[in-house]
Amino acid sequence: MGNAIETFELTKRFKNIMAVDHLNIKIKQGEIFGLLGPNGAGKTTTISMLCTILRPTEGTATVNGFDILKEPDEVRKSIGIVFQQPSVDDILTGRENLVLHAMWYGVPKAIRRERIDEVLKLVGLESRQNSLVKTYSGGMRRRLELARGLLHLPKVLFLDEPTLGLDPQTREVIWEYIEQMSRSRDMTIVLTTHYMEEADRLCNRIAIIDQGKIIVMDTPEALKAAVGGDMVCLRTTPADPERFRKIEGVSKVEVQEDYVVLTVRNSGERLQEILAASGKVESVQIRPASLDDVFISYTGKEIRPETGEGGIAQRIMRQRTLR
Amino acid sequence: MRQAEAVYALWFREFKVFTRERSRIVTSIFTPLLWIFVFGGGLGSTVNIEGINYQVYIYPGIVAMSVLFSSVFYGVYIIWDRKIDILKEVLVAPLSRYSVFVGKVLGGCTDSMIQAIVMLLISFAVGVYLSPLSFLLAILILFLLSLSLVSTGLIIGSLMESPEGFNMVVSFLVFPLFFFSGALYPLNNLPMWLSAITYMDPVTYGVDGLRTATIGVSQFPLHIDLAVLAVFAAVMFTMGTKTFERMK
Repeated sequence: MGNAIETFELTKRFKNIMAVDHLNIKIKQGEIFGLLGPNGAGKTTTISMLCTILRPTEGTATVNGFDILKEPDEVRKSIGIVFQQPSVDDILTGRENLVLHAMWYGVPKAIRRERIDEVLKLVGLESRQNSLVKTYSGGMRRRLELARGLLHLPKVLFLDEPTLGLDPQTREVIWEYIEQMSRSRDMTIVLTTHYMEEADRLCNRIAIIDQGKIIVMDTPEALKAAVGGDMVCLRTTPADPERFRKIEGVSKVEVQEDYVVLTVRNSGERLQEILAASGKVESVQIRPASLDDVFISYTGKEIRPETGEGGIAQRIMRQRTLR
Repeated sequence: MRQAEAVYALWFREFKVFTRERSRIVTSIFTPLLWIFVFGGGLGSTVNIEGINYQVYIYPGIVAMSVLFSSVFYGVYIIWDRKIDILKEVLVAPLSRYSVFVGKVLGGCTDSMIQAIVMLLISFAVGVYLSPLSFLLAILILFLLSLSLVSTGLIIGSLMESPEGFNMVVSFLVFPLFFFSGALYPLNNLPMWLSAITYMDPVTYGVDGLRTATIGVSQFPLHIDLAVLAVFAAVMFTMGTKTFERMK
């Protein structure tokens, strides 16, 4: 299989800030590729350059074999974009938005109607297609955007933070649509997100980027495996961290005021030893390494959600000392 | 062919917005009515200009004013489109910027011309009776005026980043264009400085041409008015396409 997207030293500099720093990635035809990173990591800038909205300062890229600098029009015809900020027109109905899009993208008149019906059905908006978009909920707008992005049968679909600010149920629905789209057509999907579970759930491969550079790129499974085991959180008065380090399989120990987080391979087998080493324990939580842990282990930083997601308690559990 | 359809789609969107946002139409008709019936009617009860009742005298000027305001504002609304991100969908589509500009201009001219027709239809209420020919002439003049002013508005709108600059456009562009156009006074007896500025204001020629068409008084020959308006429209339209090609 060929590459849907290849970037060659792709770079964007805004005054003194390196938004995207000599990026080289190859995205295969048909895969769901995730760009994961905190706010300001350069995800949206990268996508904007690939969509020919933004001109790179240096380097170039090809999308579906077309050069983004030399053949922007061909690139645009072959891609679909779902923006971070909904860009559907409030004052039009859902269907009208799609009709206009079809005309802008040159979907032939003969198949326009059929195609619109099809995408409306895919995202489950048939019954609301003739309502003004301003009466839609946030999730419905996002679905309409997805439908619009698919209307002209793009070979590559860019999704910039497709579920940002949506409630968990709606998110789940959007994820299902994305999976369905990727399965039913041989479509390459590039999505940016700072939700770890989103990248984990959807992507075949993930590139973690921070400050415009790729830190690591692999499958979610391989990335998680690289963390070195499960996360064991013990709520306890701090014991001597050296006692934990002596236990076999423990690769990392972080001591906080009233809890300890261990990274442990085969945590089930080691639990007795761990408990014995920790003295009085109020609670134990064992969870598999998430992409959050991957991100932290590579960057030393946590991904900050843009919304108040996660809750304080969870944040405390996740908090780590910076090494 | 594809671009023609895209232009139609752009125009269609603008037209839908126009027909759905009724408040925009009502507001833009209301102010000119105040000018004609309150200001014009009030002063007209004692003032005549060149033997013409003042209310009748300013009627063509106010029609031009309504087109001036709605045309420039239409262009500046693009800032909102950008702010709420609906412009992005158009800008990333495989469309030439020229098509985008043409579609937007046609949309704006349609809005303005619908208003202009409403304004021309109430002419009888101020005692102005238009023959079909003078009606068509008025439409032609107003179309040229609206073409140039919609382009002007779009140029400003595409260069401005925030809606906060909107008021500046009103204060430093729309009002001066209106007040210096001679919409409210005759041009033949002005002090030198004022006269010089009115001659430089393109809207002056629109107002003057409209006076010829509707009430039969004017400062300049009609062909001069039409020539100035046509050149102004051509210049602004060309500048607009260039600006849109460079717009991010």
